[in-house]
Amino acid sequence: MKVELDINREKHEVDVEPRMSLLDCLRDKLLLTGAHAGCEHGVCGACTVLVDGAAVRSCLMFAVQADGYVITTIERIAPGPGELSPLQDAFCETHGMQCGYCTPAMILAAHALLSKNTAPTREEIVDAISGNICRCTGYAQIVEAIALAAERMRGQNIMANEP
Amino acid sequence: MLAADDGARVIAGGQTLVPLMAMRRARPSRLIDIARIPGLAYIRDQGKEIAIGATTRQCVVERDAVVRAKLPLLAKVMPFVGHTATRARGTVGGSIVNGDAAAEIILVAVTLGATLVWRDGGSDNAVAASDFFLGPMVTALPLTACFAEARFPVWSETRVGVGFHEINARQSDFAFVSAAAQIALDGEGRCTRAAIGIGAATAVPLRLHAVADDLKGQRYDEAAVRKSLTAALDGIEAMADLHASAAYRKRVAVTIAVRAIADAFADAARRP
Repeated sequence: MKVELDINREKHEVDVEPRMSLLDCLRDKLLLTGAHAGCEHGVCGACTVLVDGAAVRSCLMFAVQADGYVITTIERIAPGPGELSPLQDAFCETHGMQCGYCTPAMILAAHALLSKNTAPTREEIVDAISGNICRCTGYAQIVEAIALAAERMRGQNIMANEP
Repeated sequence: MLAADDGARVIAGGQTLVPLMAMRRARPSRLIDIARIPGLAYIRDQGKEIAIGATTRQCVVERDAVVRAKLPLLAKVMPFVGHTATRARGTVGGSIVNGDAAAEIILVAVTLGATLVWRDGGSDNAVAASDFFLGPMVTALPLTACFAEARFPVWSETRVGVGFHEINARQSDFAFVSAAAQIALDGEGRCTRAAIGIGAATAVPLRLHAVADDLKGQRYDEAAVRKSLTAALDGIEAMADLHASAAYRKRVAVTIAVRAIADAFADAARRP
C-alpha cells in the first residue's frame, strides 16, 4: 500500500505492507533510526514519536494509518546542524542520558509536556515520562534535565511548541 | 465488512489490539480502521446522560469540560487510564470492547450503570453495562458488530463527590485491584445516593449494590463502611495471577474501597 507521510515537515511517499508499523517504517524505510524498538508492544515507550504534537507509541501505529498527521521524530529536535535544543542540552548537563536507548523518546515526551506546560511541577514531569522505561539512570537526572530545560526556556522566551 | 470476513477486526486506537497482535495473541486477517470515520467520535450532553462515541480519544475525554462537570467519576479515573502516549490514541470504545476487568473506563461504566450501544447489520442494540461484560476480556459484542456509543448517566443531585484508587506495580499499569465511589450528600452530610464498584479483582468489575444501600441515610463511618464492604466481598471469587493472589485482592479491595468512599464523602462535602 502506498501512503504519504508528513515527517519532520517533509513529505514522503512510501510503499509498505499494511502490517508494517510506523516504527519499522521510520527506521527501515526512511532511515530515521532515532525511534527505537524496545518492547514493540507498547509498554516501554522507546519508540515514542510526536503525532500532531502529542507523544505516541510508533510501534502501535501502522504506517498506513499515519497519513494526514504531522509527525515529528527526534531528528527534528535539534535547531540546526551541530546544535542542540535546550532540552537536549539539559540532558547532557544533568547526565540524563547513559546508554541513550530511551533518550530520544524521553526527550520527545518532555517536548510534548513543555509545549503545553511551561512550568511543570516535579509530579507533572514524572507523570509525563511515566510511560517511558529507562534501565540506566534511575530517572532522577532525566527529571532534573526536564526541569532545567523548562526553567531555561521560560527565561529565554523560546517557543516550546516548535518545530 | 465484518460479516463478510470472520478474520476481520475493527481497529481504532490500537493501543490494546496492536500489542495483542505483536504477541501473536490476535491474528486478524484484516483490520478495519474506523478511527477517522466522521461521526463516530463525540461527547454529547443529552441531559440525563452523556453519550460518548466509540472512537472518542481518551485524551479528549480527559480534557473535556462537560465530562468534568457532569461525569466526575469518569473525569477522575481518566489520568489513570494507561499513559499519556496511549491516551493520545486509545479510544473510549476500544477500552470498553476489550473488556479488561482492570480497565478504569469499564469500572466507571459498571459502577454508574452505563448503557452500551453497538451497531450490527444496520440496527442498534443497547445493553446495560452489567450485561455487557461477561468474563476476562470477553464481552457480549457480536463478532459482526461494531461498538458505537457509551451512555453514562448524569446524577442530578447537587452535592456529588467521587473517589478512586487503584493498586498496581507501576503508575498507570494494569491495576491489580481498583475501587470507585460516587456519593451524593444532603445538606447535613448524609448520603442520599451511592454507587460503588470494584475493578480488576474479579473476572468482571463488580457493582456493590448492597454497600450502596447500606450507605443511604448515613454519615461517613469508617468501621461501618469497612464492615459493609467486607460482607459484600466475602463470597467473591477473586482472581489470582503472578501479580497478586486472590486473598490479596480481596483484602486490598476492602481497603481501597474504604479510601474511595471516604474520598467521595469528603469531595461531596466540599460542595455547597
